[in-house]
Amino acid sequence: MSARGGVLTRLRGLVRKEFLQIVRDPSSIAIAFIMPVALLLLFGYGLSLDTDHVPVAVVTEHPSADTTDFIGSLAGSRYFTPIVVRDMPVAEQALLDGRVNAIVRLRSDFAARKRGPDSAPVQLIINGVDANTARLVQGYMEGATTAWLARRAAERGQRFERPVEVEHRVWFNPAVRSRNFLVPGLVVVIMTLTGALLTAMVMAREWERGTMEALIVTPVTIGEILLGKLIPYFILGIGGMLLSVAMARGLFAVPMTGSFWLLFATSAVFLLVALGMGLFISSVARIQFVAGQIALITTFLPAFLLSGFIFEIRNMPAVVQAITHLFAARYFVAIVTTLFLAGDIWSVIVPNTLVLALMAVIFLGLTRLKTHKRLE
Amino acid sequence: MFSRILALVVKEFITLLKEKRSRAVLIVPPLIQLLVFGYAATYDLKHVPYAVYNEDAGSGGRRVVAMLRGSPVFTESATVASIDEVAPLVDAREVLLVVHIDARFTRNLLAGQPARLQLIVDGRNSNTALIAVGYVRNLVTRFNREWADERGLPAPPAVLETRAWFNPNLESRWFFLPGIIGILTLLITMVITAMSVAREREQGTFDQLLVTPMTPVEVLAGKALPGFIIGFLEATAITLIAVLWFDIPLRGSVATLYGGLALFLLSAVGVGLMISAIAVTQQQGLLGAFLFMVPAVILSGFATPIANMPTAIQLITYADPLRYFLIILRKLFLEGAPAVALLHQLWPMALIGVASMALAGWLFRHRMY
Repeated sequence: MSARGGVLTRLRGLVRKEFLQIVRDPSSIAIAFIMPVALLLLFGYGLSLDTDHVPVAVVTEHPSADTTDFIGSLAGSRYFTPIVVRDMPVAEQALLDGRVNAIVRLRSDFAARKRGPDSAPVQLIINGVDANTARLVQGYMEGATTAWLARRAAERGQRFERPVEVEHRVWFNPAVRSRNFLVPGLVVVIMTLTGALLTAMVMAREWERGTMEALIVTPVTIGEILLGKLIPYFILGIGGMLLSVAMARGLFAVPMTGSFWLLFATSAVFLLVALGMGLFISSVARIQFVAGQIALITTFLPAFLLSGFIFEIRNMPAVVQAITHLFAARYFVAIVTTLFLAGDIWSVIVPNTLVLALMAVIFLGLTRLKTHKRLE
Repeated sequence: MFSRILALVVKEFITLLKEKRSRAVLIVPPLIQLLVFGYAATYDLKHVPYAVYNEDAGSGGRRVVAMLRGSPVFTESATVASIDEVAPLVDAREVLLVVHIDARFTRNLLAGQPARLQLIVDGRNSNTALIAVGYVRNLVTRFNREWADERGLPAPPAVLETRAWFNPNLESRWFFLPGIIGILTLLITMVITAMSVAREREQGTFDQLLVTPMTPVEVLAGKALPGFIIGFLEATAITLIAVLWFDIPLRGSVATLYGGLALFLLSAVGVGLMISAIAVTQQQGLLGAFLFMVPAVILSGFATPIANMPTAIQLITYADPLRYFLIILRKLFLEGAPAVALLHQLWPMALIGVASMALAGWLFRHRMY
């Protein structure tokens, strides 16, 4: 027991021990590096909300120049793959089998009524099970119908106009690529996973194997033990984060509007929360089985469903919104999507980073309080 | 033979349930998760904060504003008096949408010229952005029809009539909740089975189990049954909550649902035991469970359609038992599909289950340290 130099020596010893453990049980390296890369590759390519080439059955009860023209305009659109079928029963069977997502039915009097005073109905039947895709298909079909009508009118030297025309501009993601927001969100999900997984079991492992007792009899303090756990996994986590960001930029071509250093700094704060949470779980549970399960429950699905990365938080009932405040991923998703797509917007970054910092202090503080140098 | 399996099953249940904490993590979290995620997972927007930037003094602009205010979905949460105020509002995420009515709006509308309504949307979540735009477009379509009726303008030469089968109001919760049943069932089964053999390996008791008269098949059955039973019970509880609390229609037969559940559990338990047999430590078992769970959920078509994925990734999804079970759940709940229509979803799960079980049994004997 000596002066300050002793603290550093002891800390260095603990960090070295932890690194040796990491290197010898390759599962930590796998969590920190291989998992982010594999997951980002899989999900970056796998998750997409950009629906195009939707298979649609087209039933024309009375083929004519008009109907052929309409089908041609669908075939020309990148949103649809029209499949012409004989009659409604065939189309309905295709819809039930999932071979098509929708049926467009051009009634037998389509050509006659279109020229008459009443509107000729183009009937659209959608499989509503996947409501989001169904809405998109409906929107695309409205667009396709309008475009076709406008073209027909122009050919006849007339104009087809509606009283109010809506035009929209999507800021921050003008091309409306879903990957642009899904990939930054995935970086958060993946970092939540790796952060908590890296540390969730390390304290419980020491308790379960009895090596904690061995540590207790040495002069190291609890603070040093915790720091000795935190430092190596922090370094691993930062490495994994840099790798993920590099992939998002390089492989998935997500634009990076904000500053990299701001992203780096906020990521470091977030990582402290994730690791702190893992350490906390681990020191409360003391059994690897329980620690592992708690980590599994509190990380992946909440980060995926409650962080606002894919499902809008503003739509959730108040109780569920309150629950989302408990998960760090929520704040980090706001920061990351803003930094990637919108730029250095301080009104978003400062408050969210402050909450993250507070959470890091709470988790690490609680871990410190929960871990005693005594046996029970 | 059965008494030996039974003994092992009883022992497994005791290990799982004797400790209060490990008992709690098995029962409480799935139910809480169902309630929380059931409310969270929806793409429908119920609350769209917006601002109007109205440069038009006339009646047309006022009518558009009134139309937005009358909609329960839109909440006016800021007022904009000049174009400079738009960007900070959108940047700070105070509004999702700014509706810009230009100065000539009413004049154009009355003159029969197209009156333009400009929307500026926060595209940080471009899916939400498009949905919000879609909502405004629906309102405007109705506005146009009313306007044309009032003025006696000619009807458009063709209109689209839309009907949605199985989910007439296109509620996305009806789509997600059956999916959550599948995910939670997988999660429970995986955590129970993935660590069961690894725990014994770590504690050295697995070697003892191998020198008992039990055959590998008996060990496999004894290890598999607890996950199967708990998965079955929890899936039942979750399904009841989905139907009774969330009012998700269950239109298909319950027997078919349980048939599908049995095969899904077979595949989940098989994969869990396989992971457990490969793992040497519990940490590796957990990691393995994670490495399977996370892709299994994301590539199952739960949140984004499989049809949107590139072909190579679509091929990978065929190895995902959750993919098949989600199709079964959705088809049974919403479409009320008959069992025959689900055959192509059932046999791949059986195949995955049998193959992974066989591999797990082989690994029990051949992976020793």
